[in-house]
This record gives sequence, structure tokens and C-alpha cells, in this order.
Amino acid sequence: MTVAGGPVVPAAATSDGAATGGAAGASAAVTAAAVASAAGSPAIAVRDLWKIFGPAENKIIGTPDAELSASDVRLKTGSTVAVRAATFDVQPGEVFVVMGLSGSGKSTLVRCLTRLIEPTQGQVLLDGEDILKADAKRLRELRRRRFAMVFQHFGLLPHRRVIDNVAFGLEIRGEGKAERHRRAIEMLDLVGLDSHAWDYPDQLSGGMQQRVGLARALAVDPEVMLFDEPFSALDPLIRRDMQNEVLRLHHEVGKTMVFITHDLAEALKLGDHVAIMRAGSIVQIGRPEEIVGSPADDYVRDFVQDVPRSHVLTLRWVMREPRDDDPVDGPELPPDTVIRAAVHVASATESPIRVVEDGRLVGVVDRVQILAAIAGTEPDA
Amino acid sequence: MTTVRARLSVPSSAATSRRALIVGGAVVAAVLFIVFRGQWTLPHDDDYGLFRTLNGIRDAVESNRSVLEPIRAGVAGLVGIFDQVLASLGWPGVIGAAAAIGLIFGGWRVALLAAVGFGILGSLGLWESSMAVLSMMLAAVLIALGIGLPLGIAAGRSQRLASALSPVLDFMQIMPTLAYLTPITLLFLIGVAPSVIATLIFAVPAAIRITALGIRGVPATIIEAARSLGATERQVLVKVLLPLSRRPVGLAINQTIMLALSMVVITSLIGAPGLGRNLQNALSKVDVGASFDAGLAIVILAIILDRLTYAAGEWADPRERAARSGPRWVTIGVALALVGIGLAIPLVADATTFPDTFAASFREPVNVAVEWFTDTFHAVTIGLKDVVTNLVLNPLESVLVTAPWWLVVAALTTVAWYVSGGRAAIIVSFCFAFIIGLGLWEHSMVTLANVVIGTLITLGIGLIVGILSARHDRFRAFLRPILDAAQTLPAFVYLIPALALFNPTRFTAIVAAVIYALPPVIRLVDVGIRGVSGTVIEAATASGATGRQVLWKVQLPMSRHALLLAANQGIVMVLSMVVIGALVGAGALGYDVITGFAQGKDFGKGLAAGIAIVLLGILLDRITQAAGARRQAGMETAG
Ligand SMILES: Nc1ncnc2c1ncn2[C@@H]1O[C@H](COP(=O)(O)OP(=O)(O)OP(=O)(O)O)[C@@H](O)[C@H]1O
Ligand SMILES: [Mg+2]
Repeated sequence: MTVAGGPVVPAAATSDGAATGGAAGASAAVTAAAVASAAGSPAIAVRDLWKIFGPAENKIIGTPDAELSASDVRLKTGSTVAVRAATFDVQPGEVFVVMGLSGSGKSTLVRCLTRLIEPTQGQVLLDGEDILKADAKRLRELRRRRFAMVFQHFGLLPHRRVIDNVAFGLEIRGEGKAERHRRAIEMLDLVGLDSHAWDYPDQLSGGMQQRVGLARALAVDPEVMLFDEPFSALDPLIRRDMQNEVLRLHHEVGKTMVFITHDLAEALKLGDHVAIMRAGSIVQIGRPEEIVGSPADDYVRDFVQDVPRSHVLTLRWVMREPRDDDPVDGPELPPDTVIRAAVHVASATESPIRVVEDGRLVGVVDRVQILAAIAGTEPDA
Repeated sequence: MTTVRARLSVPSSAATSRRALIVGGAVVAAVLFIVFRGQWTLPHDDDYGLFRTLNGIRDAVESNRSVLEPIRAGVAGLVGIFDQVLASLGWPGVIGAAAAIGLIFGGWRVALLAAVGFGILGSLGLWESSMAVLSMMLAAVLIALGIGLPLGIAAGRSQRLASALSPVLDFMQIMPTLAYLTPITLLFLIGVAPSVIATLIFAVPAAIRITALGIRGVPATIIEAARSLGATERQVLVKVLLPLSRRPVGLAINQTIMLALSMVVITSLIGAPGLGRNLQNALSKVDVGASFDAGLAIVILAIILDRLTYAAGEWADPRERAARSGPRWVTIGVALALVGIGLAIPLVADATTFPDTFAASFREPVNVAVEWFTDTFHAVTIGLKDVVTNLVLNPLESVLVTAPWWLVVAALTTVAWYVSGGRAAIIVSFCFAFIIGLGLWEHSMVTLANVVIGTLITLGIGLIVGILSARHDRFRAFLRPILDAAQTLPAFVYLIPALALFNPTRFTAIVAAVIYALPPVIRLVDVGIRGVSGTVIEAATASGATGRQVLWKVQLPMSRHALLLAANQGIVMVLSMVVIGALVGAGALGYDVITGFAQGKDFGKGLAAGIAIVLLGILLDRITQAAGARRQAGMETAG
């Protein structure tokens, strides 16, 4: 989801940037459709997607039961609403993060995108083609060429060497051995594991195994990469390494990525956009600074309260309208500058920072605003 | 502690009244027994009408044999092919080939074991018998795997098929071996073909079960990863499921072979040639020495087959293969040379029969030793036998036989209801109704008495040894190879030591059954007690409990389900062996079945006795079934 224009006033971000989940599936769809039309054609467009597990899978949507909370539905029908009326767009080349607590339906959502789990209802459009309408052959074709997935527990084949694990996707789609090995070596090179090509997965550390998982996904040269909590099983230090690795790869190969995590810091670090899920519903979608700067509800606020705001919020978020009496000799910075990065600039001058976009003055930031952001006490927090 | 207990037990006053009910019931039963003793009994009648009717059924099947004949001929033909291959290899060829296979799969040690093992079979003078067993077993295993592996793979992938198969496999696995045989002779007469069919029926459940378990054990993420890359179902099967379940499938093959060997020697009862027949003849002449030779040959064959299939399973793992030292072509070269030498020997020397030069037999020394032993320890063995027979076995038997039938039925149905619930009680009473209808009440009661005594002894010893093993790592390490070996031994062999010690009597059959059922019972007790969570034990120890208190207050109560499972397993195995014990002196149902094979006019009674054994098996299994049912319930709530 892209927020058209970007917010100047935080309150505005909430109203057009967040698709409020819950019962109002239809209205969420309308909001997102409006947004999509404003922002060019998305790589993946998800519309009113539902997944219900259990005996009443097909007996809930469209009935009053659909308005009940997830736990009430479970009590009443014995079924689990894992994804409820999800609607969002993923723009080409962006990293779209889905974040939520355990059991909120993230894994189900991402699996519905390629029908590893068959959705109960809705639309998943890949470049305008509805994946839910694809037959088995077409679906295989999509999985073989256009999607690739990286899993929390790696999913490597223990009886195959690293190189053959990386080449597995190519083998599945029937490519010759020489060609797929050449490509696998290339990918291993890319993730820095070329010297381990002939090892077996269990001879590698967890982080290295996940690099193999990454290489396997990259090897098929997909348009979209899906990550389901790929780093949750790793140590914090290695996790940071791997996050940087993903950022680097994203920079180098420019794939569209859908990234699932339950770690807010990871979401904010990697995401161009972040969707927050709770009990199957998407409760807010926005840029990281929108999520932190104006949480849609108490659930999200709870999540973000410990985030150091100055690390996430940008100048756009704290700047005020320029006034005629503002000094004109202050340093100039673009509005996307993170507050933390503006600190040393602000401390070097008495004058307020001038926020300039495309050569135009769009706002002014005083020390007061910077300090308030660092302290987490700016007026709208 | 006491106060807590008291408080906890308040709501269980229902349990207290239930207990009172049980005690009351027992008293009532005892009174009824004393009053009605000797009345409403169902004494045995060899001329019961149903037996003749069953003979009639046999004759009817006989005249319609053409339908079943192709199956019989096909199976016999398959055995014939194996027979011919083994015969044309000759003993040098077979030894050479076995060594070559051992070399390729497992290295020179396995090769040596295979070659020496087959050599001993020859020098015992049992070469032909061994080859007969081998070819029947190979045929049975081939068919069993042909059915079992695909079915196991399918059951591993489809929960629905697995649920549908499960009760059938359960039934096949609790069915006592002897009970298979009569219906099979009804359909396929006696001889090689029915023996192979009985063997494969016996072996196939394990093949299906283990394969399905293996397939199911493949981690879901890996399958999902393959699917996410666009793999077809076929690709998932061939590139993921099969390679990843290589080990369990290897185990399935190994188990199929071991079970088939175990059964194929028993099928000598329905006319199969081979080592089983040697053993059976020796047992019937109470020639312990000769039975030792035959038993040794069976054990050696079991060890060779176990080692070879184990090695083959390891070899199937490419990483294992890669780790082996030495270039592969050398191994293959040596293997080919071994086969070549084996095949060349007949060209230069007569190799139709195994040469007498290596002849060796343990018959004489074993007989001497057994004689010495029985003479020396006469007092002990006879004393033990007499004490158990006169003080326990005879009274129990007489109670069951002389009590009114309705009292026995009511008492056992109540026990089933108490232990395993209403469903089990209903099944138990149905089993009794059929047993009465079969006209085999008295014989069933005698067999039941044997089973009860055998099970009690098994559980007593099994509990003590199992607890020791669970509490002492050293003891466990010492016990493990013994249990391993005991569990690879074919069931038939267990009759030999029992016979050596106690001569042919009912007690001998019970001893054989106890030896047979002990290893798994010990294992289950040990595993159950060790399975108790370490934290709980730590908590108990931390609150000052002694080792003994931990055992009685924590480990035993918490492993209750495992202990019930051990009882269930023990009872089923004891029954299975007690009826085979007819060969060493036990009477009743097992004897009826075996004479049914031998005498045409007794066929009907034999068939009825076979069915009665099955009913007895179901009945005993259901009474103790609570273990399985509760375990499942536990797993469901945990999952
Ligand atoms: N195959 C299934 N059958 C029934 N219920 C399921 C199934 N898979 C998931 N669920 C339920 O759907 C809900 C969402 O599960 P999901 O795995 O998508 O959550 P998640 O956000 O990925 O959680 P986690 O962070 O623990 O991975 C949960 O309540 C879960 O119990
Ligand atoms: Mg998940």
C-alpha cells in the first residue's frame, strides 16, 4: 500500500493510510481500491481475502457470524478465522512487512498468496491475474517462476548437498544439471557461501542454513519473494546480519518482497510499508514512521510504545509550517531524514533546520521539536 | 502432604463407592461360585455338531477350489523360482553371493559373518532345510513388500486411509499366530503356498505401519518448501518423501524380513518344509539336542538376515556410502570375485550336498548337558513346576471350568467395564457368547487359565527388571543387547529352553510364553518410567523425597499408561505363545488347532479352536485396552 503524497499532518496518515480491519471488509476494500488507483499498478493486490480453518469454513462469511470476534467464532462454530477480509497492495520493488503476535494469522496470509493454503474467499492479483482462479498447472507455473519463499525452519533437504538444495527449484522445473549447478554457484556466491557448496545442510550453522534458503529462493529468479519469519530461529546477532543481508540483496536484485515477522524492530528496519495484524485482521498499514507516529489503536500503540521514536520518525513528522519570522540561514535537510540523523546538524547551529523538498521549503524544525521527539513527548504522541 | 491429599480426594468419593462396589461384587461372585459350583458348566464334547458343520464347509470349499487355485499356484511358483535359484547356485554359490552382498553393503565384517553363518548352517547338516526356509521367506517378503510399501506410502499421505487401515492392522497384529493357520488351510490347503500366504499376512502390517510412520515423519516445512517451488505431487513423493523416509522404510523391510522368518518356521505346522519342521519333529520327540541344532540354525539365519538388511539400510544413505573408505570399484571387484569363486567350485568338485568334512552337531553334547542339568537340579525344576501347577494353575483352571459359565462371563465383563469402559464390556460379552456357541467353553477356560498365570508371571518379572533397568544405567546397558537379541529371535525358538528345563507339560508352555513376552514388557516398563519428565522428578527430589519415594509416588503413578500398555502387550504375546505351547505339552485350544491340521476329521474342531483363540485374544486385548485408548485421548488433547 502506498500512501499518496505522504502525510504532512499525522492525523491525515491515519485516515487514508490505514485500512481498518475488523468486520468492515467491504469498506476496507473500497479504501484500498481508492488508494491503489492513486498509486500506479501494484505487484500484488489482495482484495477481501479470508481464510477460515475448521468445519464451518464455508458457513461464516456473509452471515452475522462474520462480525463476531475470532474467539467468539471459535466458541460458536469450532472454526478459526485465521485471515479476515485482508486488503492491501504491494508495490513493485518494495519490502512489504506483515507484523503481528503469534497466532495472528501472518503465516496463513502469506501462504494464501500462493495457495499453499487454499483461501476461503477473496482475490489475490499478481500483475492483475487472479491467482485464486488459476488451475493446478498454472499455479505450479506461477510458483516455479514468479514466486519463491523462505521459511522459518529453512525447509532444506538434509540428504542433499548445499548446491543441490539451492538448485532444487530449478530441478523441479526441469532444468539440466550443468545449468542449474552454474546458477546455484552464482547464488551461493551472492549470499557468501560459495565455499560450502558441497557440504550438507546439517554441517552449517543456522544462519548459514538460512542463507542457503535465501539462495534457493533467489535461484529461480522470482518476481516476488515471500519470507515467513525467516530469522526468528536465529540468534540476535546473526539475525541482524541476515537483516542487513536482505537489505543488501533487495538493493542488488530489487525484488518485491513480502516479509512476515513478529519483531517490530525488524519490521521497521526492513519495511517500506508495514501491515499490523491482530486476530486475523489487518489493523493498520503504513510506512514505519506512520505506524510509530500515529498508531491506529491501542493494540498498535502497545506495540510501538518502546520504539525509540527518533530512530524511526522523519523530519516530515515533526516539522511545523514555516513562519515569516523564521531565520533563513538554517541548514537544509530533506523531509525523509530520520530525526536521529538530524540531531548533530541541529546541535551545530542556533537556527532552525529548513526542510526542503524539490527545492521548495515545506517546513521548519526547531531543537524543541527534535528534543520532544527524542523524549517521546511531542504533542500528538 | 496428607492434608493436601485429603483435600484432593474429597471429590473422588465416587471412586470410593466404586471400589466398594467392586469388593462387594467379588464377594457376591465368590458366594455364587461356592453355591453353584459344578452346575451350569459346559463340558467339552469332541462330537459337537458345529465341528461337523465346519467339516462340511471345508468340503464345500474343496469342491470350489478352482477359484483359489491360481493364487495358490502363483505363490507356489514364486517359491519355486527362489528354490531353483538357490539350488542352481549350490552351497558355494550361495555362500559366495551372501559374502558379496555383505561386502558391498556392510564391508568385510558383514561379509565374513554372512559366509561363516551360512557355513554353519551347512555343517549342522541343515543346508536344504535352511534353503527351503529362505526361499519361502523371500517369496513372502517380496509379496508383503509389494503390498505393504505402496499401501504404507499411501497411508502416510492420506489420514483417511490411515484411519481406515488402522483397526484392520490392529486386528492383524493382536491375532495369535496359530490362529491364522486354520482358516488359511481351509482356503489354500497345506504345504508351501498356504505357509507363504500365512507368513505374508503376518508380516505385512509392520511393513505398512512403519512405512506410513516414516512418510508421516517427514517435516512439513520441507514438503511445503517443495510445493512452494512448484513441485508436482509426484515430485514431492520422489524427491522429498521417499529419500527422507529412507531409514524407516529400511526398518520396515528389516522388520518384514524378521517377522516373516519368525512365522515361516511356525508354518511347518501346516506342512511347510524346512527348519521349522526339523524343530517341530525334535520337539515332538523331546529331543532337546536336535531341537537345539534346528533352533541354532534359525537364530543364525535371523542374525545374518538382520545384519544384511541393516547394512543395506545404511548403505542406502549416500552420505554413509561416501564416508566409507576405499574406492568402490575395488569392493565391487572383490564381490564379483567371491560370487565367481562360489560358482566355480562346482566345476572342479562335487557340490550338490554340503561336504561331511565340516559336519558338526550340538545334539549329543546338548542332550548330555540337559540330562545332567535335569538330574542335578531335578528338585528345583520339578519343585518349581509342581508348586506353580498345584498351587496356582490347577486351582485357577478348576475354578474357571467348574464355575457356572454365566458367573465367569459376568465377572470378566465387569472387570472389562471397570478397567476399560462400557464398549469394551460389550465386546467382551460378545466374544464370550461366540466362544460358547463354538462349543469350546471348557478348552477356552483352560487356555485362559494358562494365559492369566503366564501374564502374571511376565508382569511380575517384567516390572522388577524394567524398574531396575530404568533406575540403573549400567544394568540397562547390560540388558540392552540381550533384549535386542531376544527380540530378533523367531518365536518358535523359545520353546527349546522351556522344554529343556521342564519336559513337556502345561507349565512348559507357560515358561516359553513368559520368556517370549518378557523382552517387550521390560522395554515398555523401562521406557515408561524413564519417560516421566525430569522436572517433576527434580521437583520431588528437591522437596526431599528419597529415591524409593520418587519411584512409588512419582514415577510409577505417572507411567501408569505405559504400564497398562505393557500389560496389554504382554497378555497378547503370552496368549500367542501359550497356544503354540501345545507342541511342548499344553493342551486345550492350541492342541485342538494343531491336531486339526493333522487329522482330517478334526478339521472342524481345529477351525473352531482357531476362532476361539482369536476371540480370546480380542477379549483379553479389550479388557486391558484402556491403555491404548487413554493414550490416544492423551495425544489428542496434547495435539
Ligand atoms: N492447518 C490449520 N488448521 C487449523 N487451524 C490453523 C491451521 N493453521 C493455522 N491455524 C490457526 O490459524 C491461526 C493463525 O495461525 P498462523 O500460523 O497463521 O499464525 P502466525 O501469525 O503465523 O503465528 P506464529 O507467529 O506463531 O507463526 C491460529 O489460531 C492457528 O491456530
Ligand atoms: Mg507463523
